[in-house]
Amino acid sequence: MEAYLTAMLVFAGIYALMALGLNVIWGLTGMVNLGLVGFFAVGAYASALLTKYWLWPMPLGWAAAGLAAALAGAVMAVIVARLRGDYLAIVTLGFAEVVRIVASNEVWLTNGTDGISGIPGPWRGAVSPQAFNLIFLGIVWAAVGIAFLLLARASHSPFGRVLRAVREDEEVAAVAGKPVLWFKLRAFCLGAAVLGLAGALYAHYNAYIAPEGFAPLLTIYIVLALTAGGVGAMRGAVLGALIVLLLLEGTRFLAQEIPGVTPVQKAALRESIIALSLILLLRVRPQGLIPERTRTRASP
Amino acid sequence: MADWRDLLQVLVNGLMTGSVLMLPAIGFSCIFAVLRYPNFAVAGFATVGAFAGWVANVQWGLPVGLALLAAFLVAGAVGLAAEETALKPLRPAGPLTVAIASVALTLLLENILRFVFANDLRGYDLPVLRDWRFEGIRINPQQAMNVGYAVAAASALFALLAFTRLGRAMRAVADNPALADIKGVDPGRIARVAVFLGAGLAGFGGMLIGLDTSIDPLTGFRVILSVFAAAVVGGLGSIPGAALGALVVGVGEEMASVLLSPAYRTVTAFLAILLVLTIRPEGLLGRRG
Repeated sequence: MEAYLTAMLVFAGIYALMALGLNVIWGLTGMVNLGLVGFFAVGAYASALLTKYWLWPMPLGWAAAGLAAALAGAVMAVIVARLRGDYLAIVTLGFAEVVRIVASNEVWLTNGTDGISGIPGPWRGAVSPQAFNLIFLGIVWAAVGIAFLLLARASHSPFGRVLRAVREDEEVAAVAGKPVLWFKLRAFCLGAAVLGLAGALYAHYNAYIAPEGFAPLLTIYIVLALTAGGVGAMRGAVLGALIVLLLLEGTRFLAQEIPGVTPVQKAALRESIIALSLILLLRVRPQGLIPERTRTRASP
Repeated sequence: MADWRDLLQVLVNGLMTGSVLMLPAIGFSCIFAVLRYPNFAVAGFATVGAFAGWVANVQWGLPVGLALLAAFLVAGAVGLAAEETALKPLRPAGPLTVAIASVALTLLLENILRFVFANDLRGYDLPVLRDWRFEGIRINPQQAMNVGYAVAAASALFALLAFTRLGRAMRAVADNPALADIKGVDPGRIARVAVFLGAGLAGFGGMLIGLDTSIDPLTGFRVILSVFAAAVVGGLGSIPGAALGALVVGVGEEMASVLLSPAYRTVTAFLAILLVLTIRPEGLLGRRG
């Protein structure tokens, strides 16, 4: 039970990190990203390959994961920054699928659908599995803390204010002399880097990655997390991640209680509940639990 | 490319692939034209249609033609019900909110089907036919019939749009909703018709995909990128564009599967989207703006 709880909290941290990354791109800058799992996968593969085959030290691998994802984000941003939201949704969704297809088929690099196993973890093997879990829990939540502080600071800096201006009205931001595309590009890179780092942490915790782990379902989890917590607010992203995990695990226990249901049906029920909660949440409380506080001067 | 026969074979295969993509792409564009949001749930509607057709064909023993009609009607009804209950209330929040909810809707439909039918691959009750051969070009009779069904369904929609009062009203709303409203066209009714037709065509196309291979709860989602590519290449919201775009994407995908590997079909579709958005964002037959 203790091991289970620790593992769940590690996953909560990874989800929180992803929600923070998405919040920069979607929450602050208003660019919808339905392909966030693609950046997560790029980070996971980058770090796994570098540390396992090139024997890079893990912190360097993680940094490289963030960098690789940011690079992918930059390429994406250059292509999509001018597009309207509906095209952006289609293109980002496509990007994640392409990443998954490439990971499944370029066997020489990624070992295809068999995936990569034996990815090193910090002090894995040197300490007991329980201790490893706890160490990793510390690392993940430290990463969440650092990302939270840096991103919250960025969000309140002049940089963050421009991003929000771009979100609210691109033309006004452009008229005010802000290079809109350049800001969008940097926001996309920053968010993608955080997603890539989350991917690396996932790979090193799990010790195994495969293309099926990067399904669009994960994107839905994180979009749900951010919507639940409150789009735009960094605290909301973390809170939302915890809620989604609670929902995911709660439905697991609930599904066990239902008699005469096959495992496939249980999985289907759980995914249905996730999908249904996102639809209901968008309807009932689209601003989330912690709505973004923006200081607007009352008009006289 | 060894000789002209290989090239022609790729072209024939591409047109057959494209005609299967055509109906979901037209359905997607039809909904977009009237409601102005990308409805990702066409993937779910296609799968619903494929399963409805399967029940009609395999469990009730109906012929394929009637099963296709069942696929159209059930998918259309499910699409309309989902739109009215889940998506319509979100319209005031903006097109992106609806788009995100439609992704969740696809997931929901997929999992309802998974709950009932599990993940097994299912095939339709079809006679096994030998390929036709002309001068070394192989044509699968089932695929050729699928092209016929797809063209028939698309023609019916074009006739509806071109020659009926309802079709004119739909085009009017797509063109200028405010003006159509002033002229006494009920936008709510047109929206319902567009969603029913769009989801129904997606379901019809979903069953055609199944006739080609087999079906499972991911049938629709697997082709969704190709369907979007067809709609974007043709011009989002343009129905003739979606038909043309589907053929272009189909041929492109067949070429890629010969030149690279069959696994990279979807990647080609994605590249087609990027190429069109970079060079000609309004698509082949779309309008600017």
